[in-house]
Amino acid sequence: MNELRELYQEVILDHGRNPRNFRRIEDADGEAKGDNPLCGDRVHVFVKLNGEGEVGDVAFQGRGCAITTASASMMTELLKGRSEADARRLFDLFHAVCTDEAFDPLDVPAEFEEDLDRLQVMAGVRQFPMRVKCATLPWHTFAAALDGKATATTE
Amino acid sequence: MSPDSTPTLRPNYDVLAIRRDFPILAREVFGKPLVYLDTGASAQKPRQVIRAMTEVMEETYSNVHRGVHFLSQACTDQFEAARETVARFINAPEADEIVWTRGATEALNLVAATWGRANVGPGDRIVISTLEHHSNIVPWQFLRDETGAELAVIPVDDAGEVDLDAYAALLGDGRTKLVSVTHVSNSIGTVLPIREMARMAHEKGALFMVDGCQAAPHMAVDVQELDVDFYCFSGHKTYGPTGIGALWGRKALLDTMPPYQGGGEMIAHVTFEKSTFKAAPHKFEAGTPAIVEAVGLGAALDYIEAVGRDAILAHETDVAEYARERLAAVPGVRIVGHARERGAIVSFTMDQAHPHDIGTIIDRAGVAVRAGHHCAFPVMERFDVGATARASFGLYNMKSEVDRLVEALDEVAEIFGR
Repeated sequence: MNELRELYQEVILDHGRNPRNFRRIEDADGEAKGDNPLCGDRVHVFVKLNGEGEVGDVAFQGRGCAITTASASMMTELLKGRSEADARRLFDLFHAVCTDEAFDPLDVPAEFEEDLDRLQVMAGVRQFPMRVKCATLPWHTFAAALDGKATATTE
Repeated sequence: MSPDSTPTLRPNYDVLAIRRDFPILAREVFGKPLVYLDTGASAQKPRQVIRAMTEVMEETYSNVHRGVHFLSQACTDQFEAARETVARFINAPEADEIVWTRGATEALNLVAATWGRANVGPGDRIVISTLEHHSNIVPWQFLRDETGAELAVIPVDDAGEVDLDAYAALLGDGRTKLVSVTHVSNSIGTVLPIREMARMAHEKGALFMVDGCQAAPHMAVDVQELDVDFYCFSGHKTYGPTGIGALWGRKALLDTMPPYQGGGEMIAHVTFEKSTFKAAPHKFEAGTPAIVEAVGLGAALDYIEAVGRDAILAHETDVAEYARERLAAVPGVRIVGHARERGAIVSFTMDQAHPHDIGTIIDRAGVAVRAGHHCAFPVMERFDVGATARASFGLYNMKSEVDRLVEALDEVAEIFGR
């Protein structure tokens, strides 16, 4: 049961129940729909850039499990105010946290230390390979929105 | 029936003896005895099937319908005997009406691609129901897009039963060429009134096809009594191997249908100018077939018949109804689908937790259920759920396993709240 408790930490349950930035952005600069065909989870991510090329606002809507919803919610909190380059590095970092058994937090540059603390809440998913896609779907969808693609999929 | 396929017969359905025929049921998952409640996705295999397949490969294996040598004859005999077993299993008039396919999906695609292309045109209509698996939707969409035909859907009510008045209306103008529906819904368990629906179709000049995947393993199927035109099912859901399934069609229909794929096995004669084809069923079976799997499926059907299909239905209904009752009493649980006639499938949601989270948590207690859309997006839309958790039962399940499921859901409530 320890692995379950590690996956379903209070923070994740909280974001799953009360997702932050769960709304549309009507004048978004980019938006994309992400879809996990395995389970039917769907997220719709909206991105608004500010004058400096930073993520001015980011929000999502959709229907999914606690992991997908919490991951999307935490992602929006983390990305707001970040440069596009930073946002992409955070995606890479998050991917490593979720999938890389050999991931070493000591390899992470000091400037991302605080982010790492927040991303590592999701590290429990590593013990549940079938659920990794739930955690990464919102991030794939965010990347698709940045790239001007309409859709993202975990397949 | 081969003696190997005979389970020890016992009065009052000795489920423990049946379970001993299924080696995998003895294993543990995460240190807990496996509770396998995902037979609707794929059934586990009894020793009798495993042994039959091993024996073919160890003793008689060769290609079929080709060699003059001893093994080819022996293997062809076994392969064709399995076809006869399938015919008997669904009471088809002739074994030549049984076409081997990779599964029900291929059977549905075969009918859409061959009968469909030859008989359906602009303005014609194909009718399916809301309850269909994607494999009984997409092939007809292909056909619709190719031919300009219309694809219409019979709605279901809140209980999950098909609306027969709406169905009658769809048949009314005589434009419907084929009705293709599931016998038992894989997502919510509804048993469709096949005989009545087939009669209604025939009265209006339409043919009737049945996806029997969730019926064949669980209840007696008699295609003559149902009076349908095509019936198909998958081997792996019927306690047999993957990669094999069967399509039954009325001989008069199969005879007039064009071939499916081209290749060896299906031809009578080939020149570079023109080829002629064998008669059904062989004209639909291009290439070396799934020989070992066909024999395995034959053994699986023998096994089911030896246990007794009425006994299986009675046992599974008992377990599934117990599950409905116990699940309904769990705080937050909602059961999706309340048809009066229903199979051994219980689909549910929990207010506190998404089906995926339920599936992950109870998996750690050794309980395997399916969580998701069950390849039936339209059903999920109809009942306004993104996904459900589904417990589906087989001839080896026990009420004590339902108790394990309910206990495991307590852990979900522990994490997500009550």
